[in-house]
Amino acid sequence: MIHSLFLINASGDIFLEKHWKSVVSRSVCDYFFEALERATEPENVPPVIPTPHHFLINVLRHRIYFVAVIQSEVPPLFVIEFLHRVVDTFQDYFGVCTEAAIKDNVVVVYELLEEMLDNGFPLATESNILKELIKPPTILRTVVNTITGSTNVGEQLPTGQLSVVPWRRTGVKYTNNEAYFDVVEEIDAIIDKSGSTITAEIQGVVDACVKLTGMPDLTLSFMNPRLLDDVSFHPCVRFKRWEAERILSFIPPDGNFRLLSYHVSSQNLVAIPVYVKHNISFREGSSQGRFELTLGPKQTMGKAVESVLVSSQLPRGVLNANLNPSQGTYTFDPVTKLLSWDVGKINPQKLPSLKGSMSLQTGASKPDENPTINIQFKIQQLAISGLKVNRLDMYGEKYKPFKGIKYMTKAGKFQNDCHLLVIQKLAG
Amino acid sequence: MIHLIMDTFLRYLKEREQEQLVKILSFMFYIFRHDDLKEMLDSNKDSLKLEAMKRIVAMIARGKNTSDLFPAVVKNVACKNIEVKKLVYVYLVRYAEEQQDLALLSISTFQRGLKDPNQLIRASALRVLSSIRVTIIVPIMMLAIKEAASDMSPYVRKTAAHAIPKLHSLDPEQKDQLIEVIEKLLADKTTLVAGSVVMAFEEVCPDRIDLIHKNYRKLCNLLIDVEEWGQVVIINMLTRYARTQFLNPNINESLLEDSSEKAFYASDDEEDEDKKAEAAALVKRKPYVMDPDHRLLLRNTKPLLQSRNAAVVMAVAQLYFHLAPKAEVGIIAKALVRLMRSHSEVQYVVLQNVATMTIKRRGMFEPYLKSFYIRSTDPTQIKILKLEVLTNLANETNISTILREFQTYIKSMDKDFVAASIQAIGRCATNIGEVRDTCLNGLVQLLSNRDELVVAESVVVIKKLLQMQPEQHSDIIKHMAKLIDNIQVPMARASILWLIGEYCEHVPKIAPDVLRKMAKTFTNEEDIVKLQIINLAAKLYLTNSKQTKLLTQYVLNLAKYDQNYDIRDRARFIRQLIVPTDKSGALSKYAKKLFLALKPAPVLESPFKDRDHFQLGSLSHLLNAKAGGYQELPEWPESAPDPSVRNVEVKDSVCARRTVLTGKAVKNQKSSSESESESESSESEDESEEESEEESESDTNIRKKKTIAPSGSIKMYELLHRITGEGLAVEYCFSRQPFSPDPNMVAVQIQFTNNTNSETKNLHIEEPRLQSGMRIREFAEIEVLAAGESVTVVMGIDFCDSTQAANFQLKDLKFSLAFNLTKRCFLSLFTGKLMGMNEISEKLTLGEKCVNEHVIVERVTATANLSRVPCGSDKECRFAGKTVSSGCLVLVTVTTKEGGRAQLTVNCEKMVIGTMLVKDIMQALSQ
Repeated sequence: MIHSLFLINASGDIFLEKHWKSVVSRSVCDYFFEALERATEPENVPPVIPTPHHFLINVLRHRIYFVAVIQSEVPPLFVIEFLHRVVDTFQDYFGVCTEAAIKDNVVVVYELLEEMLDNGFPLATESNILKELIKPPTILRTVVNTITGSTNVGEQLPTGQLSVVPWRRTGVKYTNNEAYFDVVEEIDAIIDKSGSTITAEIQGVVDACVKLTGMPDLTLSFMNPRLLDDVSFHPCVRFKRWEAERILSFIPPDGNFRLLSYHVSSQNLVAIPVYVKHNISFREGSSQGRFELTLGPKQTMGKAVESVLVSSQLPRGVLNANLNPSQGTYTFDPVTKLLSWDVGKINPQKLPSLKGSMSLQTGASKPDENPTINIQFKIQQLAISGLKVNRLDMYGEKYKPFKGIKYMTKAGKFQNDCHLLVIQKLAG
Repeated sequence: MIHLIMDTFLRYLKEREQEQLVKILSFMFYIFRHDDLKEMLDSNKDSLKLEAMKRIVAMIARGKNTSDLFPAVVKNVACKNIEVKKLVYVYLVRYAEEQQDLALLSISTFQRGLKDPNQLIRASALRVLSSIRVTIIVPIMMLAIKEAASDMSPYVRKTAAHAIPKLHSLDPEQKDQLIEVIEKLLADKTTLVAGSVVMAFEEVCPDRIDLIHKNYRKLCNLLIDVEEWGQVVIINMLTRYARTQFLNPNINESLLEDSSEKAFYASDDEEDEDKKAEAAALVKRKPYVMDPDHRLLLRNTKPLLQSRNAAVVMAVAQLYFHLAPKAEVGIIAKALVRLMRSHSEVQYVVLQNVATMTIKRRGMFEPYLKSFYIRSTDPTQIKILKLEVLTNLANETNISTILREFQTYIKSMDKDFVAASIQAIGRCATNIGEVRDTCLNGLVQLLSNRDELVVAESVVVIKKLLQMQPEQHSDIIKHMAKLIDNIQVPMARASILWLIGEYCEHVPKIAPDVLRKMAKTFTNEEDIVKLQIINLAAKLYLTNSKQTKLLTQYVLNLAKYDQNYDIRDRARFIRQLIVPTDKSGALSKYAKKLFLALKPAPVLESPFKDRDHFQLGSLSHLLNAKAGGYQELPEWPESAPDPSVRNVEVKDSVCARRTVLTGKAVKNQKSSSESESESESSESEDESEEESEEESESDTNIRKKKTIAPSGSIKMYELLHRITGEGLAVEYCFSRQPFSPDPNMVAVQIQFTNNTNSETKNLHIEEPRLQSGMRIREFAEIEVLAAGESVTVVMGIDFCDSTQAANFQLKDLKFSLAFNLTKRCFLSLFTGKLMGMNEISEKLTLGEKCVNEHVIVERVTATANLSRVPCGSDKECRFAGKTVSSGCLVLVTVTTKEGGRAQLTVNCEKMVIGTMLVKDIMQALSQ
């Protein structure tokens, strides 16, 4: 399946290679570089590039291209998904997945890649298993290892490999038993210039951080599970139970994991929590244009809209913008023509606005493209879809009260925060 | 050596070739550094070795050649330090191919490793051994694989499955022997092995579909528990399998519907007729009934649409697309749309597949139309694919919204995307007759766009549209003739010229003038434009030779001396054909017919048409070209092959029963204290909702049916209290007797007592709601239970060795029965190792009453149905058992120590059962 892997940085250097079968010369990457040159933007490189003898499947993450070399038929998504899993694992291990981090930990990276694939076929990709096989580097451990000469490599087969719950390691022990769930929702909407919504959808995820001793069996139920239209689960969730009772029943992996991601059905009306008033105009024959933008909150259930960031790609004819923000700061990049305005928090009493003029190329005709406005913001303590966790129960373990069992099973102690991202506005 | 290098070094120094110099220097530097590494590897300190190996691996990672260190590294293959060892393995696998002889030195280490009691070491020895691509060790590898394939540990067996393709690629001669191993491993019942062995099957012998028959049902049932990568491989394989074994579920309706859907494609008439004939033939066939195995596959893959792994979702989607009845395919749309919110690479692949699906099954994605709307932040390649999908989805009802969307796209700043949008509009216009004029008008407006690319693309599209009905649109042609002065894009100029030439009769005044202008600029034009100028000249010469004769001659003369031989050829050809000379051939009479023949309008069709002959989701489908190793998706068979090949004989049950018998015999003679009357503990009743609206009238009747006298000493559990049951009480116990109709089932004895004054009628089980794999053998209906009477029945439940409760309804009462552990005795003598099992150990303090061995034995056997195994020491008691349905071994050891302390060890392949057992026995012993 996967023959080799090359890691290529933004400047086109191959800084790591790994082969699972015979060695494939790195000159195969020349085809990739050709494709890279042809593509105008880095993200426009086709994910699958055929070459005379191989196929290159690549993903771009953190400005590193992960290029897998394939020799024969294999589902492309299989490889793509695996490469993303590799990146996730690196991130999990090193905190960040950058060229520097990979270079610093090249031996761990190599050991990981060795365990993750055998002869090109995935072997162990669960982070819990990998962490038992190869311990993540920490400063303390590095120091200890250099002194004692001990290693990062586990000697026993992780029990999870063999069990029906491969995602959980055995013998987990904590003094403070705790389980946190984050409900994170994203609104994704396109609004036309008159302000009406073209599409709006909510996607959410429930991320969990579970630190529980032993083999707990959890059930999580929602107040309004019917809201969830389309869900995908971590493999630990018992699907039958969800089908029958709309309850999430699972033996959780140890540590951080994504329990489920969901989509709120489009039948439910999506309340857009902010609105934008804008007026961008260019006059024919004049080298000036007017720019006005006002933001305001709506339907936020009294929660503050924070970390607002507005960005807009202005037409190519715009030379410069001279604007005046009522709050926050703005930048305009004359090369990429990207205007971004860091608004911060919206104060409903005093709506933030950005007003001013744009100077156009003299003699150039009036630009006819419509700039789109992208808005990012966050609202804490609110899941916009109205999804609520009802209760969390634990079976299978009997912790003593001082271990925090009560805290654990209490419902309503969940942290619900809601990030809403990317509202596009087709202005004009 | 060094001398030689110094020589070259000096030579280059003279030549002052900086670059070479750097190379030489770094080469020398490497030699010295390698020396230093060799020294470190030869030292007897592990930490130095580790450091050296780390540096070597870092060099390998950067693609530096370190093969000269091979002898020094290979010596360390037997190093005690596990990390050094692992890194040596990495090195070895990388370079063994180049240094075959030296690599052989390491083989004995691995052979020793294969016999290690630690399964991880056995597995990794096999992994490395099979990864060394040295032909000479093929026999050793073969032997190792065969041995590992029957290893106790499923992990080692999995590794064996991985090793099969490695050996096959090294020496294809071994295929036959390897197929035997594959056959053996396919029969493996663990989920761990299933994915890997199917992978090996796909690489070694994908055509041996006969090996799958016997394992088909098992694979379907295991599927949900297999790890995600294995799922993808298994699903893809099963898709192919199903195509050979089952009948087309859409055999009757699909053809008829297809033809109606295709009505847009004007040229499909003939095809339709073919299909009608075919459909007529089909009507004669007997009605379609889906094979239960086909249904099983569809049912068991459906939940995987919820997987977090995009590859799994895609695999299920393609399975449904290729195998499911038309009415059921729709469910995949939602899951695929969900994948569109993933990484852009995933989106790219999914959209390619959606584009193919939308051509055949448009209705499926129509509700999700808006999910394919384009965002300004999408990369261009995604935008273009979404556009493709939107175009495929367009029909009379939604075309207006789609066109409105397209209009916004034309204003985008991404020019490639704008061009694609214009083409998309063109395609909608050709496919949907009603909007053709609207589209054409819109496109004509675009001709006055400021952006030349937009204009050019519109011209090309308009040209195609006009071909469909040129008469009505001479004004558009005129408009375009004007454009030729300004527009510079060659393709657009060529299109305009072609249009004017083709329809010169509609614009008799303008055409010659255009030719005049073009004759002036001929020499500066691009090749495609020149060709079209020649064409225009020829056509005008034929229709209007009075005005254009000289111009044509002039153009042809220019072309005669053109640099491009194509153009020279064309000019010569045309001159011979149209200009009458003495020797003009027979063809020139027909020149007008040749040039001004009515040309069929081009069909604008999707590039994704007919791509579905490749299996969706495959690399070949994505590239629209067959990739190496691609297995064709077979056509449905005309008549179904024999379904009985998939039946599995129940050989196992005979063996199982025999063991039971021996077990019992030994047990009886062994411990007299443990009789049949062991009581059970550990039971977790999740829920037992009671809902009773029982009762019935009285009538005297006879009750009979198979009843078993309840053995008083077995602990009974209450299922339904007589108050909540309004008089009807139900108790149950695990009788610990083999359930004779099915050896995999646990016998559950249920006692009904009617405490009312009236009779209860028709007690039977309804709607079992079971976890996957669980089965219930219902007891025969109790027709009447007279007042005050009680009756006992036995039912069998196969809990599949899970700890889940089995839920079922007893007439109107709902119950859930929780599972207790092993219910049947099993005994065998353990001399060997406990490999491949999970070991769970707990320390405990024995309860006050557990004074001697006897009590311990009693307590343990009362907790779970285990049998004692003799062992040498009197401080140790050993027990063994087997789970009922899958026959997993359970071994329990209790070691007593001073002061009432003891250690309990449970070995079991199933971790959950092991943990539960530990908990229960602990409880029993510490009381």
